[in-house]
Amino acid sequence: MSTLLAAAGSLEPAARSYLSPTGQEIVFLLVGVLVLGAAVVSVTTRQLVHAALWLVVALGGLAVEFLLLTAEFVAWVQVLVYLGSVVVLVLFGLMLTRAPIGRSPDADSGNRPAALAVGAASAATLVTLVVDAFRSSWIDLSGPAGTTRLTGEFLFSHWVLPFEALSVLLLAALVGAIVLSRAKGDGTKPRPGNLRTVLTKTKER
Amino acid sequence: MHLAAAYDTLAFFGRDPWWLVLLKAVFCFAFLVLTVLIAIVWERKVVAWMQLRIGPNRHGPWGLLQSLADGVKLALKEDLVVKGADKAVYILAPIVAAIPAFMSFAVIPFGPAGNEVSIFGTRTPLQLTDLPIALLYILATASVGIYGIVLAGWSSGSTYPLLGGIRSSAQMISYEIAMGLSFAAVFIYSGSMSTSEIVASQQPTWFAVLLPVSFIVYIVAMVGETNRAPFDLPEAEGELVGGFNTEYSSLKFAMFMLAEYVNMVTVSAVASTLFLGGWRAPWPISTFWEGANHGWWPMLWIVLKIQLLLFFFIWLRGTLPRLRYDQFMKLGWKVLIPVSLVWLVMVSAVRALRNEGYDFTKVLLYVGAPLAAVLLVALIADVVRKKPEEPPAAAPPAAFDPMAGGYPVPPLPGQELPPVPRRRRRTPQLQDALNGADHSEGS
Amino acid sequence: MNPVNYLYLAALLFTIGASGVVIRRNAIVLFMCVELMLNASNLALVTFSRLHGNLDGQILAFFTMVVAAAEVVVGLAIIVSIFRTRHSASVDDSNLMKL
Repeated sequence: MSTLLAAAGSLEPAARSYLSPTGQEIVFLLVGVLVLGAAVVSVTTRQLVHAALWLVVALGGLAVEFLLLTAEFVAWVQVLVYLGSVVVLVLFGLMLTRAPIGRSPDADSGNRPAALAVGAASAATLVTLVVDAFRSSWIDLSGPAGTTRLTGEFLFSHWVLPFEALSVLLLAALVGAIVLSRAKGDGTKPRPGNLRTVLTKTKER
Repeated sequence: MHLAAAYDTLAFFGRDPWWLVLLKAVFCFAFLVLTVLIAIVWERKVVAWMQLRIGPNRHGPWGLLQSLADGVKLALKEDLVVKGADKAVYILAPIVAAIPAFMSFAVIPFGPAGNEVSIFGTRTPLQLTDLPIALLYILATASVGIYGIVLAGWSSGSTYPLLGGIRSSAQMISYEIAMGLSFAAVFIYSGSMSTSEIVASQQPTWFAVLLPVSFIVYIVAMVGETNRAPFDLPEAEGELVGGFNTEYSSLKFAMFMLAEYVNMVTVSAVASTLFLGGWRAPWPISTFWEGANHGWWPMLWIVLKIQLLLFFFIWLRGTLPRLRYDQFMKLGWKVLIPVSLVWLVMVSAVRALRNEGYDFTKVLLYVGAPLAAVLLVALIADVVRKKPEEPPAAAPPAAFDPMAGGYPVPPLPGQELPPVPRRRRRTPQLQDALNGADHSEGS
Repeated sequence: MNPVNYLYLAALLFTIGASGVVIRRNAIVLFMCVELMLNASNLALVTFSRLHGNLDGQILAFFTMVVAAAEVVVGLAIIVSIFRTRHSASVDDSNLMKL
């Protein structure tokens, strides 16, 4: 134990407790177990919409973990973007492709052994890597927290160019989605009504 | 600048003893439920008044206890779970719809961010809590509320609710973008996302005056976000029976009603906080009465503003017909979002120029000139461009085929229904004659 | 606080997502598994950001979310248009190079 403490960074060792858990660590543990469980159910359940709902639980738990890491801005953006838009869009897609109520017989391919192998291999690699690299490092949570102000200042002083590139990417995605979902036929579909004429008509009434 | 002060003022929050936090939370809950109970009667009364009817007048004086009676009636109804439903999700959906609706009220300020009032001897601000990112929190809870409706539609295992659920998810996602963009202009002007700071920065003028376009976009988007008429397409009873809540009954249905009305109250509160000065007294009062913005008075002003916005909702419902779905989407994507994007660029340009220290006329010149140029070019292009040729005079209406394409269809404009084959009318004389003939033949 | 727990969580989540991609057949559910993997890497990024005491990792996580949103938009458009022609959202049925 003492060698471990001595090996760790510059913080005074007395401030660290590897053994006695703080409240934060207990919350982390509970939420972490919840996230893992939800993720497992999400990738194994045969009911497609339930899988999306368990994904919501997992992503929401991750938002809590971000809050525990004092990354306030990222946490709320997680709730807003992932829970609010991405998973809603996924649900939307599931409903458009007629996800049935109850089990879908063809939800899983027959690759369970392969999946298990992939899972075991990547888990073993990643966990050994993590243990090897970060066993003795230490997070000082009293440092600069990821508040909106700090994140914003940082984003627009050091990361402006990637930010602009991302906006171009989003625009490309928007245009791409519109192009993909446009009907191919020309003029065969009934033309939708014109909003302006309807509004003027309502005004005239 | 107030930018630097943002985190000092937030120091007033998170200091309350636990019982005070509990008290404030219970107050928020009770306030929402009471406002909803009143709003339902008020809505029925106002709509009745607009349609020259009387409205509910049986329960209590002036029908005031009507929604209480309705609530009791709903609670006593049989609680159906449809056979084909996904039971767990079916039960979960109304809860998921109702809880986020209440949650966002936690950051609405009822009074100044200072120890203004004393509750049982503890001085405290009139606000449950505040976050440096309160508006992000409001947007996040609003977007979680979508799940209730989507899941209710899907889990009912029935076509119309499913269509209602899909409609509402598309609708709320689309209108959330416009809503977020209108918030962004407010952030740029106030320099903060915390609600108490935003109200504090509306000191001389309300943001509804400074940012009129954002205000209008928000007002339209909030009606779309709460699924209210004229944007109540997820529950369009003419098309979808009842939309996502068709298969719900009893308390589960009541939860959806509650969620809808609580959402109305919440978006009204957000609108008054962001754009209408929050707890500040309206203009003429604040000029001659110093105490209007202190003590318990601010609560009166914000409640008045919320009630006025609720009346606005009811007024809209009584006035406008429901939009068709494609018109509605067009309004969201082709009008609200582009307009608020252009407006946002203008606002940030003005803000940047002001921060650089340019005076007002120069700001006006730099921002107004490009805008005027764009408008001029658009006008010229509109005059010069080739007008689309008038469509050739409508072809003489073809004969009406009642089973065109294999389905029974209604006649299009210009087509006439073929005469319906009918039995010849019998006039009394004719009948008598026939009878007479019958008699003569029979006898 | 020792960051290793957060990294364990991230590693395990990534693993679950990766095996999900192998198990699942429905294209939209595959998407969800990819989202899980992206989120796991986000968690690792935020942890590293705290470890180094600067915000680069959090900003990268933010960028990842934006990219994920863009990916979902285009991906769902593709899946729905495939569903229109093939009447199936299963990736096993999309084994032809033409619609």
